[in-house]
Amino acid sequence: MTTVGRVSTDVFNPTTYLRASNFSDLPPGQREKFYRETRRPDGSLLREYEIFAVDREIEIAPGMFFPAWTYNGQVPGPTVRATEGDRLRINFVNQGSHPHTIHFHGWHRPEMDGSLPAHQVMPGEKFVYEFDAEPFGLHLYHCHANPLKRHIHKGLYGTFIIDPKGGRPPADELVMMMNGFDTNFDADNEVYAVNTVAHYYLHDPIRVTVGKRVRMYLINVTEFDLLNSMHVHAVFFDVFRTGTSLSPSDVTDTIMLCQGERAILEATFRYPGEFMFHAHQSEFAELGWMGLFRVEPSRET
Amino acid sequence: MKPEVADVVARERVETSETKTKRVPVWAAALLPLLLLGGLVAAIVWWDPARSLQSEGVPPVERLTFQRIVLNEAGFTVTVLNDGPDPVRIAQVQIDEAYWSFESDRPGELRHLEQATLKIPYPWVVGESHIVKVLTSTGTAFEHTIPVAVETPRPDARFFGVFSLIGLYVGVIPVAIGLLWYPLVARLRRSGFDFVLALTIGLLVFLLLDGAHEGLEAADMIPGSFQGAALFGIGVIGAYLALETLGGWLRDRRTRGRAAAAAGGGFVLALLVAIGIGLHNFGEGLAIGAAFALGEATLGTLLIVGFTLHNTTEGLAIIAPLVPRVDRGPTDAGSSKPRLIDLVKLGAIGGAPTIAGAWLGGFVYSPVWSVAFLAIGVGAIAQVVVQISRQMASDAPVARYFARGPVLAGLMAGFGVMYVTGMLIG
Repeated sequence: MTTVGRVSTDVFNPTTYLRASNFSDLPPGQREKFYRETRRPDGSLLREYEIFAVDREIEIAPGMFFPAWTYNGQVPGPTVRATEGDRLRINFVNQGSHPHTIHFHGWHRPEMDGSLPAHQVMPGEKFVYEFDAEPFGLHLYHCHANPLKRHIHKGLYGTFIIDPKGGRPPADELVMMMNGFDTNFDADNEVYAVNTVAHYYLHDPIRVTVGKRVRMYLINVTEFDLLNSMHVHAVFFDVFRTGTSLSPSDVTDTIMLCQGERAILEATFRYPGEFMFHAHQSEFAELGWMGLFRVEPSRET
Repeated sequence: MKPEVADVVARERVETSETKTKRVPVWAAALLPLLLLGGLVAAIVWWDPARSLQSEGVPPVERLTFQRIVLNEAGFTVTVLNDGPDPVRIAQVQIDEAYWSFESDRPGELRHLEQATLKIPYPWVVGESHIVKVLTSTGTAFEHTIPVAVETPRPDARFFGVFSLIGLYVGVIPVAIGLLWYPLVARLRRSGFDFVLALTIGLLVFLLLDGAHEGLEAADMIPGSFQGAALFGIGVIGAYLALETLGGWLRDRRTRGRAAAAAGGGFVLALLVAIGIGLHNFGEGLAIGAAFALGEATLGTLLIVGFTLHNTTEGLAIIAPLVPRVDRGPTDAGSSKPRLIDLVKLGAIGGAPTIAGAWLGGFVYSPVWSVAFLAIGVGAIAQVVVQISRQMASDAPVARYFARGPVLAGLMAGFGVMYVTGMLIG
């Protein structure tokens, strides 16, 4: 029914990835090397990031390794999170073996788009992307070098969250990237997952609490398939498509996203226990895109 | 070269070799190149000159071949062999595009020609198709399709019985029935008899082509390290020469043991034909048993009828050389009327191996054996064809003997019969 064995979490831990942003998973001394905040006169922040592209073999299922192209050695890349109106400065170094870029979804000037052949950052070279964080919502960033399909499915993508100025209601926030890996290069994925590792959250369930709002930042970057989807068992969630509005557009338990599409999902579990979540394409579910929520009773009651 | 010049050259050669052998002992002369070769191999392994040809990060050459799949109520038991030069690590198993739990008897690295058996508890569906995919540490996928899932027979009494019955139907009985043509063939005149012998050759040549095709096809399927084509070639040549030797020995023994007049070239030839056909039928039984065991063939009535018709003609091939040839010279007139026990023996030699083959194929099938036995069958039949042709033509050149009406007609008829009955099996 599932993959056999466990992956090593020394390099990339999918559970840590869920709740990390702006390198918050690094110890304080380390974090400053990759992320710095400076208060600006208008009260907004200048957020500076050190992001590098590097080739690295990653474990996508127990014992199965994929020769990935990564941002900062992990797939998905580190989550970039800002508040509407902040200034972002991304110092990008290409340490990989091919030309790469970072193309952010969001408002920016054409020279910051990282998409045209002239925008390609050659191996060993640097580029500084600078733009304001807008509009608020759930976005993504990815490499836009050619051939695009290969640069994306090799692993060059990450989450880009812009919070509204007033913030969102408090919640347990989880970043969930639906992705896939074509390990034998036949334009078909051998592994599907949320956050890279096949069936990872079946073995190490996502812990949440009864009665506490859960906010899922769900993005689909799956290559080769037209669609991907997520279904959560025994719960209904509010859907905020692209997260650009504060009022939900839908209440459902299954959502479908095409590649590059994303949505913020908010749900509150009623009952303690284990609940599955998975792609409702059963093929994807059985090829790795399946996990568990472990809903624990509230400590306050 | 004139004789005297050749003589001088030969003498010189002898002299030089003599002077050399005086200096270097024979064993040293044999050993020195081997020592040097060992040194060279050690040097290659040590310095690995091929490494300089590879750029960094060249992926390993991974190759896994499926050896055998057993289906039972516990799921699949899959045996895979690492046929590639580099070690392989099996990471995951997918059945029908779903990751599935499995247990390997050899977790970790699988080196060149090592094999692993994977136990996969999959609830397979009878009569449906399943795809087993083994993924290595690099994500390379090796796939095997089970075309029709049926439970693999276990070597118990019932299946021994079933396979024996199948062997009996397709091997023993048809050959025995074919033998019953003896009285008819014995009464034939010269041209009629030539026709029957030629018919036999036609049948055998058909079997030869059929066996060669199947054998080479099987040779293609087996792991590259086993060099299917070479294995096939060795089998053919080996069987041909072995049967040639056996024939000579049998003839010598007969000549010595009995009076020259009774010496039956005919019986020896019939025996050789029976052995050749028996070897062929062994390969055929192997294929039938394996197909049945692998769930790749359901032995329908038509298939059994086809094999039965097909193999009846083999009985004819065995008895044809037994017929006394009254109108021939004294050397070959020896064959007396065969005894019934001899006929039974010949029939058993020709037909019974089908049963043994079916057993072996059904329970311990390996494609390598299939190639080997098909090759032996081909070699044996080739030898038998040559034997019969020689005997038929007697002193006349074989080609001239063949270029006669009844013989040509017989050849074509033999081919035609096999072709038509073969259609039932195909």
